Amino acid sequence: MDARLKSALTKSARAMSNSLPVLAGVVLLVGLTHTLIPKFFYFSKNAVLDSIIGSGLGSVLAGNPLTSYVLGGELVKQGVSLVAVTSFLVAWVTVGLVQLPAEVIMLGRRFAILRNISSFAFSIIVAIITVFILGLL
Amino acid sequence: MKKTEKSYAGWYFLLTVAILYVIIGLFKIEVILPALKFSLKIVRNILPVFLVIFALMVAFNLFISPYAVRKYLGKSSGSRRWLIAVGGGIISTGPIYMWYPMLKELRKEGVQYGFVATFLYNRAIKPPLIPMMIAYFGWKYTVVLAVVMATISVIQGIIFEKIEGGGFL
Repeated sequence: MDARLKSALTKSARAMSNSLPVLAGVVLLVGLTHTLIPKFFYFSKNAVLDSIIGSGLGSVLAGNPLTSYVLGGELVKQGVSLVAVTSFLVAWVTVGLVQLPAEVIMLGRRFAILRNISSFAFSIIVAIITVFILGLL
Repeated sequence: MKKTEKSYAGWYFLLTVAILYVIIGLFKIEVILPALKFSLKIVRNILPVFLVIFALMVAFNLFISPYAVRKYLGKSSGSRRWLIAVGGGIISTGPIYMWYPMLKELRKEGVQYGFVATFLYNRAIKPPLIPMMIAYFGWKYTVVLAVVMATISVIQGIIFEKIEGGGFL
């Protein structure tokens, strides 16, 4: 087998397998909450407040975006608003509290902090705009 | 070391969820089977998408490397650089910390913070993972979100350029 293809296969398999335990845990957790709690209570019907909660959760949680899609998709099925879930998905990948120390070291403290704060704010804006546009389509 | 810690973190999380199942099972055994059945339903839904994602990841890992991306990133200027920052962020694969050294080097070569911010924001849009997003949210949502995010990333980049120009960074 071509060495480059072998390396690409190994890297992809490693990336997938690294995300599997978290994904399995999330799927099991979703199954449990779905059975125990029929509807999620912790979101309001206020778009701005929902998106702030969603962004807050997305900022502190970290991992493969794949996990956030599964979690977000199941939350929507449970009746959580699309604005909240969108801000959650966007913050999950654009705000990196876990990676912040590394970003500070490599790219500078002011830049890293400002980038994360602005990404948090933008995740709310992105969610509201996206859901607004979808409403027009 | 770092990699090992990260791998274990995932397994610890899975173990915690398993313990949670055991604890809840001790008090309310009747919820365990429906919970597992519901989880299995999710797994059945996402399994085919996983195969597509794996194929796309292999393709991206085969053709795109930090070195290949860097060739284009360092040379761009004018409004074209925003397109390159957006495109570079989208096609960049692997964990974020893999890209920090390259971005640091680009900074030394005179690339502005705005460009770096736009690049980092677009890492949120991952083509290999798009099938999963479509499976859960539909293609319309996926396209709208990607376009809005790419647009916002350029706005964030311009803001950072202004901040840097003002000497705040």
